[in-house]
Amino acid sequence: MQLLNTILIGITAGSIYSLMAIAFVLVWRSTRVINFAQAGMALLSTYFGYEAVTRIGSFWIALPIAMLGGAIFSALVEVILMRVLVKHSSSGPIAAVAPIIATLGLLGLIRSVIAMIWGGQDLRILPPVSNNGFTVNGEVLVFSPLKLLILITTLILMALLTLLFQRTNLGLSFRASAYAPEIARLSGVRVDLIRTLGWALAGAAGAVAGVFQTVNGNGNFSPDSIEFSLLLVSGFIAAVIGGLDSLLGAVIGGMFLGLTISFILMYVSSGLFFIAPFVVLLLVLFIRPQGIIGVKVGRRA
Amino acid sequence: MTLNVSHLSVHHGAIRAINSLSLAIPTGALAAVIGSNGAGKTSLLRAISGLNQASHGKISWMGKSILGDKPEILVRKGISHVSEGKSVIPELTVKENLELGAIWRRDKKEMIETLDLVVSIFPRIGERLAQRADTLSGGERQMLAIGRSLMSKPKLLLLDEPSLGLAPLVVEQIFQTIRELTTSMRLTVVLVEQNAMGALRIADLGIVLNLGKVVAVDHAQALIDDPAVRAAYLGY
Repeated sequence: MQLLNTILIGITAGSIYSLMAIAFVLVWRSTRVINFAQAGMALLSTYFGYEAVTRIGSFWIALPIAMLGGAIFSALVEVILMRVLVKHSSSGPIAAVAPIIATLGLLGLIRSVIAMIWGGQDLRILPPVSNNGFTVNGEVLVFSPLKLLILITTLILMALLTLLFQRTNLGLSFRASAYAPEIARLSGVRVDLIRTLGWALAGAAGAVAGVFQTVNGNGNFSPDSIEFSLLLVSGFIAAVIGGLDSLLGAVIGGMFLGLTISFILMYVSSGLFFIAPFVVLLLVLFIRPQGIIGVKVGRRA
Repeated sequence: MTLNVSHLSVHHGAIRAINSLSLAIPTGALAAVIGSNGAGKTSLLRAISGLNQASHGKISWMGKSILGDKPEILVRKGISHVSEGKSVIPELTVKENLELGAIWRRDKKEMIETLDLVVSIFPRIGERLAQRADTLSGGERQMLAIGRSLMSKPKLLLLDEPSLGLAPLVVEQIFQTIRELTTSMRLTVVLVEQNAMGALRIADLGIVLNLGKVVAVDHAQALIDDPAVRAAYLGY
């Protein structure tokens, strides 16, 4: 039972990391930028969700509102900030890394603005169902109705994303623009618009990750929430493990990371909470620097 | 004249790739653009399709200026460009590559009809619809690239070195297909080629570029017979 419990906790946490990793991958594929502001955007979206849930009262209405808010904010960042920076990025060494540095700056900016608007104190989103563990044969597990709900919701969202990418014209436009923007343009795809939509999708995925990371913890969050720093690091590591270029890789990376951490905490020591993700990252980079299902550079040449 | 280019200049940074170039291509003609490396052939095509910005001059298509239009807009006006190299997306399936060519169309039924038409032109592509494009041979990839372009039902087809890196027998086959398509689909074609002889043999019109300018325009056969062109570009 302990084993099953460990696995379930691992994939629940892993599904949240996967969502964050998906956000990284969507942005990377559309703009070739690592968006370190992703955690800030997820945090801001969580504040949107908080506002919605306190006004409307329903978690399940607040979640899509948080997603929409995150999507719009992310799209605006792409249009207003990134488009200009990326356009200049061929004119020298500083300009080349400027977009990535800018996302770091944006992360700090978002956190400061949040603190100005909502204050620095802890706010709280109540989970829609109980986070008290299931009882099986008199044994109380860590795995709870809330974790089950998080797991199911993330899996549904991932399935929807897969359908969007594999079965629709919009999805084909996304993939073509990521793999070969010039061929996509020559085929009539409005690549600029697709790029903005990619950021918007990333913002929505990050919003879900932020809200779930919050309720899966103790429900508290603040502008300097450690949960969101963890989410940033875990999502980034999961995306890198998955090869940074693949949505499936992001999910595999997230699950792999979630399970590994869960097993380490359960069977080795719970004191390794902040160390485990980095050890996993370093090991993966040593053994398979292109990620688990990443592609080797030069294959297409 | 369907396609009119007048006094066109294109710069890449400080380098002038196209220097006040003028040419006109009549409706339904297959025009071969030949010239040595760096003559500006690819720059010319990329300027027509909107991938390169012109620094000066005019380009018009069916009597309307298309200068400054983006490629994604031009494809909606019937101009389709198959860029250099085997211009397919290896990560996508053959069918997805074809569907991409018609992606801006709203009409699903029309897309399916065009797909059937393209498959009837390239049966070997039709047999491989579900495979990833990187499993195709070089010749098949070039057919797929042309097929994707035809999916947009173009009126003007811009082909950049379709023979590049292909075996002689396959090159012959591709050239024959281009000739047949020009006639059967009533296309106007601009064919940029390093393989000057092969291109002139199937072309109606030959255009010789040098240093970003047109140095000769004539019937393709007349260029083949021209001793100066033979010596400079056909190698005998």
